[in-house]
Amino acid sequence: MKFTLSWLKKHLDTAASLAEITEALTDLGLEVEEVVDPAERLGAFRICRVIEAVQHPNADKLRLCRVATYPDGPGGRMEEVQVVCGAPNARTGLYGVFAPVGTHVPGTGVDLKPGVIRGVESNGMLCSERELMLSDDHEGIIDLPEEAELGARYIDWKGLNDPMIYIKITPNRPDALGVRGIARDLAARGLGTLKPQVVEPVAGSFRSPIGVTIDESLKEKGCPLFTGRVIRGVKNGPSPEWLQRLLLETGHRPISALVDITNYFTFDQNRPLHVFDADKVKGGLRIHAATGGEELEALDEKTYRFQPGMMVISDDEGPESIAGVMGGAPTGVTEETVNVFLESAYWDPITIATTGRALRIHSDARYRFERGVDPAFTLPGLEMATRMILELCGGEASEVVMDGAVPETARAYRFDPKRVVSLVGMDIPEGAQRGTLEALGFTLEGGMASPPSWRPDILGEADLVEEVARIASLTKLEGKPMRRARPGVPKPVLTPMQMREKAARRMLAGLGYNECVTYSFIDAEAATLFGGGTEATRVENPISSEMTHMRPDLLPGLLAAAARNQARGFADLALFEVGPAFAGGEPGEQSLHATGLLVGASAARDPYGSRRAVDLYDAKADAEAVLSVLGAPARMQVSRKVAGWWHPGRAGVMGLGPNALCAFGEVHPKVLKAMGVKGPAVAFTVFVEKVPFPKAKSATRAALGISDLQAVERDFAFVVDKGVEALTLVNAAQGADKALIEAVSVFDQFTGEKAEAQMGAGKKSLAISVRLQPRDKTLTDEEIEAVSAKIVEKVAKATGGVLRS
Amino acid sequence: MDGLDTLKGKYLEGISGAGDETALEEIRLAALGKKGEISLKMRELGQMDPAVRQAAGAALNRLKDEIDAALRAKKAALADAALDERLKAEWLDVTLPGRPRRMGTIHPVSQVTEEVTAIFADMGFAVAEGPQIESDWYNFDALNIPPEHPARQEHDTFFMARAEGDDRPPHVLRTHTSPVQIRAMQTHGAPLRVIAPGRVYRMDMDQTHTPMFHQVEGLAIDRDLSMANLKWVLEEFCRAFFEVDTVELRFRASHFPFTEPSAEVDIRCSWEGGQLKIGEGDGWMEILGSGMVHPKVLAAGGIDPNEWQGFAFGLGIDRLAMLKYGIPDLRAFFESDLRWLRHYGFAGLDLPTVHGGLSR
Repeated sequence: MKFTLSWLKKHLDTAASLAEITEALTDLGLEVEEVVDPAERLGAFRICRVIEAVQHPNADKLRLCRVATYPDGPGGRMEEVQVVCGAPNARTGLYGVFAPVGTHVPGTGVDLKPGVIRGVESNGMLCSERELMLSDDHEGIIDLPEEAELGARYIDWKGLNDPMIYIKITPNRPDALGVRGIARDLAARGLGTLKPQVVEPVAGSFRSPIGVTIDESLKEKGCPLFTGRVIRGVKNGPSPEWLQRLLLETGHRPISALVDITNYFTFDQNRPLHVFDADKVKGGLRIHAATGGEELEALDEKTYRFQPGMMVISDDEGPESIAGVMGGAPTGVTEETVNVFLESAYWDPITIATTGRALRIHSDARYRFERGVDPAFTLPGLEMATRMILELCGGEASEVVMDGAVPETARAYRFDPKRVVSLVGMDIPEGAQRGTLEALGFTLEGGMASPPSWRPDILGEADLVEEVARIASLTKLEGKPMRRARPGVPKPVLTPMQMREKAARRMLAGLGYNECVTYSFIDAEAATLFGGGTEATRVENPISSEMTHMRPDLLPGLLAAAARNQARGFADLALFEVGPAFAGGEPGEQSLHATGLLVGASAARDPYGSRRAVDLYDAKADAEAVLSVLGAPARMQVSRKVAGWWHPGRAGVMGLGPNALCAFGEVHPKVLKAMGVKGPAVAFTVFVEKVPFPKAKSATRAALGISDLQAVERDFAFVVDKGVEALTLVNAAQGADKALIEAVSVFDQFTGEKAEAQMGAGKKSLAISVRLQPRDKTLTDEEIEAVSAKIVEKVAKATGGVLRS
Repeated sequence: MDGLDTLKGKYLEGISGAGDETALEEIRLAALGKKGEISLKMRELGQMDPAVRQAAGAALNRLKDEIDAALRAKKAALADAALDERLKAEWLDVTLPGRPRRMGTIHPVSQVTEEVTAIFADMGFAVAEGPQIESDWYNFDALNIPPEHPARQEHDTFFMARAEGDDRPPHVLRTHTSPVQIRAMQTHGAPLRVIAPGRVYRMDMDQTHTPMFHQVEGLAIDRDLSMANLKWVLEEFCRAFFEVDTVELRFRASHFPFTEPSAEVDIRCSWEGGQLKIGEGDGWMEILGSGMVHPKVLAAGGIDPNEWQGFAFGLGIDRLAMLKYGIPDLRAFFESDLRWLRHYGFAGLDLPTVHGGLSR
């Protein structure tokens, strides 16, 4: 919402400065976005007189002027300055506008410096309107009548010193979409008084030849009230300069007197109006719901096709106006219009918003009607506008025609001055509170307050409190300590799951991964690669084709990040993200993943040969570290039932029964290729919420069971089929004597051609170390032998393996 | 017994001159071996008369001990010298780099979320969570934004696709963390103190906007909480978060459908040479929106607005991170540029706490 200071002063009698006004506006909740103060730009340009203009000695087209300037303003000392000027109208005795050295000239963008032009000094400038950016006129320098006050600022003398203020209006304040509403707020704050506004109805001298009816179905809601009248014999031309200037300075294009008047009321009173060329209207006007399919070319020169139910104004020939949104071109007024029908109606905000949105029309009328104009001002607005049309365009007004009635807005809420204290915490005397509400137009009666008809946003007691606090100024609010919920040491507030998320993140950073935060939506192709891309997870209105689906997994985002980093020359990467993945499109169909990705080599090249390609066991180790910090049991089942984006032979799932806690392994080469990542790439995803919590939470640890007896380590090498998995063998060995065997670990694997050459085709060797921990007495050789034999037997039974000779 | 001094002189000199362990062993055998000179002398003692024998025996024993000690000392010295030689030969270039070790980092969004959590936890706020795909009821209606409210249009909402025949209003990607207020109220009732950090989504992408960003919502409900309490909580938060003692906040009337009265909150700051300083200067910067929870919102959360009242506020986490740590560009937060992650990231052990401080 833009207005100028002089416009504001049409409604507000105030001595407050521009700075005071803008500060108050922001504090009142009418946040000032921008102030354009012409004085800042054009304050240095003052009215001067050319004492003498003579021919420049060295140039035909230049003149040498002695200029009388008045740097201290009217009545101040005179200072004579020599100026070289190229304007044809520079002459002795001219009253012009002078810019001294040091002035920034907006039209040329130049800061004036003392100069020498063709051998003659020149100290300033005689200006044209274009140099001041006031018009395109650069025929010559400004030539003022002799009444012009020497030394006065040109903008003051010309009446152009009118600062423009641009404020942001929150959706609850339609009343502040009119200058009068803004003035009312400032007056309530104490920055002046609101000037009275008297509406004198214009008596009609004839019956309006155009009648109005509202369809019964719309009277209840869509259009409760429509008023209008014909004004005949008007002369429509350019509007007067003051009106054009107000519109221009607030960013609107003046069109013609009739249109400018309707716009003036839109911005001045938040009262949008419409004018039809009465001679183009066939028959009467009817407000009704469109049946659908009708078309109308609107004033924006676009043709709109109506959907059934959209509210329109029709004459005998069909729709002529998109009610409350935009008028139609065929009945629009032109310079030739002599008879006009002026419309002032009250439209239902929701209906207007729906139609406006469906037709994608953004008009000042729609903007205001959908936020809510003052229904009680419908007829007064018509009368005021009639008066202005008669004044500026002449003509003769008909009687008012109307249908419907002002909708009921009367309501009252309990007003308890103590609520301000208890809700806001500010001590405002009751008298001041009442004064504020009355200044804003509320009626107070008993313990109740009734909002004025222009405040549809006031819907309860809390709104009254807000009005009082807002006008009193929240800037003055002093903080008051909030006591602790309970005395003493605060209890922990994070849930176990929240602690877990934090732990996973810190663990991964500790393991050397860089945390990424990638977008929750990814492109359809990537989503499909990772089991998503379903209709349920599709975003209806994505902002780009890269962000069409909710991610089913965190890996595509990390792979894309890896590809970008590889393109920048970083080949070795360890990236992770902890965040949501989306299985479906319903609230709650999201789960927390912790995903790590290793790409390239395990380390930079170094003199010690540390560098090697990352492999699945790196990913597995890091996954196990994360699982461990989340409290997963040390032993889990490992299956090969992996999703399609993993390497089918080099990936696994760790879990407990059917509950998968983690997937890990090499990323499928096809996926890597599709994502543009140069491998090798291994990854893991820990399903953070799937890790079971311990059944009973106790800080106490189980007693430590250690034995003083010497443990015995025995190594076994088995020859097994190539496809036998180490875990099967380890579990078999472990099962040989659960009491005695403390640990079994694989310490060697011998596979490949050489191994098969030695041990037979399709064979490999796995070597395990078994640690025996006696509890009550040292083991004898016989006992050790017995356990060893049992291990060999168990392994043979489980895997078909035999001891390697 | 004669000649002991000569013997002593001979052997001590020999020991001191011995160049290695072999030479030393030869001397030991010559002196103290079975057929060594001193051993032979010991044997001679038997033929002496007792009076002489006593004196000679003692002298011989002394000599033996002395030579033995000298032998041991020399042996140790030789071993030391040999070790010194070996160690000298074992020289390595200590200026070579250590074995490579990856250093991980924590993203500023996570770090700042933990900082914010630590501060509010100390004031008794728990952390609440909610789904990011949200029903329009939780995201809008329950927060007093009815379907046709202009504020709904201003949210630039992302909608989820609706299957044909599914006539429910489409779900949305939550446009703010405020729906978590409703869920927290429904779950816990009053009194209540929670914050809700997390991802939010708006259809906006330009120099200063990304379609996904992070907010933290705060909600406190009790019987007598006022806007003055809200101001104090925010002042305390800003003081702790920005780690400056003088923080000045300014409340400015505004409008949010879910609070009444509502205020935008500005913080006093200065910009000098592109450097933001909180708590000084003549400038004011908007940092958050807040207000007293609207009675309709309390009711939507199942809390009786006649008995309970409270405040709510919403902060941008990414923005807080940018302000505190001088990070210039929001878009870079989500680009995962390794150089950015390393430069603006935090170490795994940089755990923000109230007792240990938020940042190093």
